[in-house]
Formats: sequence, structure tokens, C-alpha cells
Amino acid sequence: MGAKATRVAFGEALVRLGAENPDIVVLDADLSKSTMTEHFAAKYPDRFFDMGIAEGNLVGTGAGMALAGKIPFICSFACFVVGRFEQIRMSVGYSRANVKIVGTHSGIGIGEDGYSQMALEDIALMRSLPNMVVIQPVDAVETERAVEYIVRHQGPVFLRLMRQKVDDINPPDYQFHFGKGTVLRPGKEITLMATGGVVGNTLKAAKILEQKGVDAQVVNIHTVKPLDREIVARIALSQGRIVTVEDHGITGGLGSAVSEVVSELGRGRIKRVAVEDFAESGDPEGLYQKYGLSQDNIAAKALELLQD
Amino acid sequence: MEVEKLKAIAKELRIDIIRMLAEAGSGHPGGSLSCIDILVTLFFHRLRHRPADPNWADRDRFVLSKGHCVPALYAVLAKAGYFSRDELLSLRKLNSRLQGHPDRHRLPGIEASTGSLGQGLSVALGMALAGKTSRKDYRVYCMISDGECQAGQIWEAAMAAPKFKLDNLCVLLDYNKIQLSGAVREIMNLEPLLNKWRAFNWNTLEIDGHDFHAIIQALDDAERAKERPTLILCHTTKGKGVSFMEGKWEWHGKAPNREEGERAIQEILAQN
Repeated sequence: MGAKATRVAFGEALVRLGAENPDIVVLDADLSKSTMTEHFAAKYPDRFFDMGIAEGNLVGTGAGMALAGKIPFICSFACFVVGRFEQIRMSVGYSRANVKIVGTHSGIGIGEDGYSQMALEDIALMRSLPNMVVIQPVDAVETERAVEYIVRHQGPVFLRLMRQKVDDINPPDYQFHFGKGTVLRPGKEITLMATGGVVGNTLKAAKILEQKGVDAQVVNIHTVKPLDREIVARIALSQGRIVTVEDHGITGGLGSAVSEVVSELGRGRIKRVAVEDFAESGDPEGLYQKYGLSQDNIAAKALELLQD
Repeated sequence: MEVEKLKAIAKELRIDIIRMLAEAGSGHPGGSLSCIDILVTLFFHRLRHRPADPNWADRDRFVLSKGHCVPALYAVLAKAGYFSRDELLSLRKLNSRLQGHPDRHRLPGIEASTGSLGQGLSVALGMALAGKTSRKDYRVYCMISDGECQAGQIWEAAMAAPKFKLDNLCVLLDYNKIQLSGAVREIMNLEPLLNKWRAFNWNTLEIDGHDFHAIIQALDDAERAKERPTLILCHTTKGKGVSFMEGKWEWHGKAPNREEGERAIQEILAQN
């Protein structure tokens, strides 16, 4: 198993796609060494723009470039770029500007930098805009395929990436199907539905459950919006039990999106595993333990739901 | 002759603005009347545009960052032929393309959806940057308000445009010195305003924003500036052309009623 951060795969994909598509431009806010846009900057200096630590203007400039026919990727830490929500809602969303918003360093998985750099509300905010797509790839290959898709997609997209390395989950010949959940592990009794960096722990939780005699399915949701309602409904009507897992706040993320579908159906039950406080500095593993994103806690929540 | 033509159009469009607002029963007359002479000069003297082909790739762009003054822009666009002048009276009504603030998605001729102050300049900057990147020779004009300069994003954009040597970007600052709840200098003083833009490395010009000769001259000067964006500080009068609105913050965001509207139109008609 290889291990690579999705932000690294993103940086590589941009360089590759930049050669094929001259309309791609990249804007950053003094974080290109962290967002990995530095490689695009080195290869295509005429199409890279460092906007400095001024994310409101980053968003607006990206919107203007999109309205003039470019395909701008505007990149920063997810909390900083999505923090300019008012600019995104007006200049990107309402304007129907074809801007690709890339937020790296999402979630508590970034570790030591602490809460100020952790995006934990970004999915909730982006999901609230009618035309915004929200994609969070699980590994390097899914990131590459997702970025290829995003270039083709007409309209605004939020791509949520991680700082930390993640194991390869998908095979090298993986195909990205926009808006579709993917079954990573079949199972009959309960479904663990996860997105992003915690999919690894979710697969481990399924193994723990297996040892306890529970046959758990694991589904990866790379497209948080539009959510794959079909797969959620199918599971809600058959197994009737879903545990959602995400490195994001408990409000407004994947858990909320799945809950909306389940409650509209009036069938099925759900438990949400997500971050329930402001979090803090620490090693990523320790943070996942403390804030409930460990395999043990995911398995425990599944058992609770089965026993309810 | 050119100036006489522009004057006549501005007079006609001031009346359109009053009619629209009186019919809508809400909206922003003060800032619409302060910026209309500049908009008329841009659209009927300067902009390279094709009203019948609003998405023409090589057109000059105009972004109204002070989106609440959109009645002035609607009047100009209708007069230029982007849509029928009959439609002006649908301003702010349900199902109208003429939203209370500009919506580029609904109406041809609107380049950017604005109304949340401070954002339009960044969008204009992006258009200018895209033009440079594609080696296109279109120009981008952006109108901002004085009160809007209290927003931090304006200064983020002010810092960025000179970095990218955007001499294809020209900003017109409608300096009518009054904002929603009072005088700009009392709400949050901006002075020395021109010095601020100079300090950010802009080419700066200062004119009377109701003097058509001066507006034309400044637009010419802006085009000659190389490797720097231009900021034209346009001294204007809030509510210009209607005596009971002039210089009154109360008319920032209040529409005239029928009687007031009629009085305003008679006054405008009586002017040279």
C-alpha cells in the first residue's frame, strides 16, 4: 500500500492537466508550499497568481477570471478560503462562476497546528449553496480522477483535501463516478458511511465488528453534494442502520446530509460520528482517539445502533 | 457635440431612474443620480461593446461594485439596447430580470452580481487579469462607492492590481461623500482618500464627476497609463439633479412617492 496525502496528488494532477488545458489558472494565498500548487507555479508561472494573505480578494479575483472564461483553481487551507463565505456566496455561487475552490488541511487530522487551521465547518457552509458541488476524495488515485472531473464540470466546486498521508483505498485503475457512493466492503447488517481521511479507520472498524460477529458494509462518499440519495435510500430500506463518519463538525456535514435523506424516507436509523467541539493541538492519532474518530469508537457506535 | 449628446442622454436617464424607483416604491436614488453622468459617458462614449451580442469575448467590461445603484445601470443598458426600455418599470417586482441588486445570471449586460459591498472590484480585477493572461486588449471599468472603501476587501484588491500591472483596469470612485446613515467622514472617515490609492501605487486622477469633458479626459488619461491601474476620484453630488435630494443622506435608500417623483421629473426637465 502506498501512502500519499490527497493534497500531494492534487498538486501532481494540476501540473498534468495544466499541460492539456491552457484555460486552467491557479490562484493561491501564500500557501502554495502547503497546498502543493507550487509545482504548477514552477511549471506555468504565467498562469499562477499568488494573491497574498487576502482570501476575500482571492475568491473575487477567481470569480472574475472564471467570468472571463478561465478555469480558476483558488487554493488555501479549507478554513481560510471557505471562511470567506460571503464572497463565495455572492461572487461565486450566485454569480454562477466556474470557480474551483480547493481547501486543504481539512479536519482535526492536521494535528499539531490546532483549531485555528482546522476546517470543521466547511462542508456545512459549502453544502448550503444551491449550486455548489462538494467533493472529498479518499486517496491519491481518487483525487487525480476527481480533479480531472472537476475541470470538466461546469460550475462551482469545493474540493476538500487533507494534509496527512492516507493509504491507498482504491485500485490504480479506479474510475471516478460523480455523485455516486462506492462500496468498499460489502456487508449485510449495518453500513458505515464515511468520507475523506477517516475512511481508513472506518474500514478498520468494520474488521473489529467482524471479530464481534457483525457483518458491516463500508461505503465511501466522495461526493458529499450532490449526495448519492439512491445508495442511502437503498441501505435505509434494506439494512435500516447507518453510521456516518467524517473528520468535520457534527453539524451540517455528511452526517447531516445522510440524516436529511433518511428522515425524509421515514425509514432507517442513523448515528453520526464527527467532531463535537472546537478540538485542539496534538498528534493526529491522539486527536482521533480523543474526538471519537478512532476505529474503536466507530465500532462502538455501530454496536450501539445495532442494540438500540 | 459629443458632450451635448451625453448631457441629453443623462437628462433622459435621470428621469428613467426616478420613474423606476417611484414605480418600485423602494431603491436607491441618491447614489444612482450621483453616478449616472459617469455611466452615460462610459456606455455612450467609451465602452467597446455590442448590446446585441452581450457575451462578445473581446468586449470591454463594466462592473458596478456599488450594486445598490443598479437603477442607473439598468437605465443605461436599456437605452443602449440590451433590453426593452418598457422593462425598466418591472424593477424589484416578482419574476423581473431587474433585481434590486445586479444579477448577471438573469439580465444580459450585467457583468457581475454585486450588492454585497466591497466585492465587485476583486471581480473586475479577475477579469482584467484574465484579459492580460490571454493577451486580449479589452479594458475593465469598475465603479465603487466611497462608503464601500470602508470594506477591507477593497484594499486587498487595491494591493493586488498594481502587483499584476493591470493597466487595463480603471476604477471610478463615486465620491458623493454620503452613505446610508450619514456623512462618510462621520461614519468612518476615508481621508486622505486619494493619497491612500497613491500609496497603493495606483495612477490617480481627480475630477468633477458631473463634468463630461473632465470624465472623457480622465478616461483618455487612464488609457495612456502603462503598467499601472488607474483610480479616478470623481467628486459628485448625492441625488444630483433633484434639489430636494441633493446632499441628503435620507435619500440614499428611499424611493420617491408619486408626487415626489413627479416633482423631481419636472425639475429635471426644466434643467438645461
